[in-house]
Amino acid sequence: MKIEVLGSGCPTCKMLFEITKKAVKELGLNVEVDYVNDIQKIIQMGVMQIPVLAINDKPVLTGFTSDIEKIKKVIQENL
Amino acid sequence: MNLFYPVELFARWLTYSVFSITPKTYLGEAVNFFIYDTIKIFILLAIIVFVVSVIRSFLPPEKIRFILSSKSKYTGNVLASILGIITPFCTCSAIPLFLGFVQAGVPLGVTFSFLVASPMINEVALVLLLGMFGWKIASIYIVSGLLIAIFSGIIIGKMKIESLVETFVLANKINSQTVSVNLAWRERLLDAKDYTWDIIKKVWLYIVIGIGIGAWIHGYIPTDFLAHYLSANNWYAVPLAVVVGIPLYSNAAGIIPLVSVLTEKGVALGTTLAFMMAVTALSLPEFMILRRVMKIKLIIIFASVVGLGILFTGYLFNGLIG
Repeated sequence: MKIEVLGSGCPTCKMLFEITKKAVKELGLNVEVDYVNDIQKIIQMGVMQIPVLAINDKPVLTGFTSDIEKIKKVIQENL
Repeated sequence: MNLFYPVELFARWLTYSVFSITPKTYLGEAVNFFIYDTIKIFILLAIIVFVVSVIRSFLPPEKIRFILSSKSKYTGNVLASILGIITPFCTCSAIPLFLGFVQAGVPLGVTFSFLVASPMINEVALVLLLGMFGWKIASIYIVSGLLIAIFSGIIIGKMKIESLVETFVLANKINSQTVSVNLAWRERLLDAKDYTWDIIKKVWLYIVIGIGIGAWIHGYIPTDFLAHYLSANNWYAVPLAVVVGIPLYSNAAGIIPLVSVLTEKGVALGTTLAFMMAVTALSLPEFMILRRVMKIKLIIIFASVVGLGILFTGYLFNGLIG
């Protein structure tokens, strides 16, 4: 499984990356979360809002959220 | 009927009865003004941002792109400007929006209409204009803002300057098929509530400081103090307002309450409008970020066209209302 946070390097993107890492840890998953600084890739996914949380190259969450429970939920739904 | 009459009563009661400040004093005026405006703005902020967020849940940028990619030039410019109002805009989102639009075949001019309207007419500015200036001036601001966005886009479209976009942008083409998500009403409302809360957390301090300084000026600085320097008769007031406004974007939430008090002290309406538009629409950090997708020449053209539109609006209203 591949979990990525895609962004432009902006502060909110970094924040989502940190929260996602925490969510993965709390879920007890043994997966590395990657931060991808590639807007072109986000656009190719058909998304125009940053940051993006993608699981196996599929965007599952677009735009910033600080709600860790929501992040856990989308991760579990897309495992 | 004044919807905020209860708030007015409450502010008076708090100032003159609870804090026992003598009415008709400078301090009394300032404290009363501060309490009243702060409560009013936060009520408006909660309601309007919430409503806009719910509307937005039906029109994410991906869907807007789909709508715009299939429209003819002029209709596209008008629609892009109107849709720009409900889209949140932070400097961070300028690049994905620009790339996403242009690569899906939305014309450059239409994309620029959107890029101008989105930050200039946003929900926070709307709340502050409505709360501090009333609905008439808020409407004037919105209509002039829309016209500037529409015409800037049309002018840039006519210039045929696609060559000034960085090459990689046009090299990649995508289709505008959207990832469609169907949300339940419950989710829309919950998301809107979260978003409203996030916005309030982000801007409350700026607003309180803005109203605070405004309240002080309201109470202590004599009316017409600024009239001598910034009245309608001063030709340089409008361009000066625009230049000063450019670097202030991140503080827009605090600046509008401040500026509303300055109009009370003799700054002409056109000058005020020009200043607020420059603060929201022309942002230095945004220009720097856009450099990643377009050549400097295009950024200069973009800033100049919008800047001239703002100057025109400023002089127009100074001339009309004086």
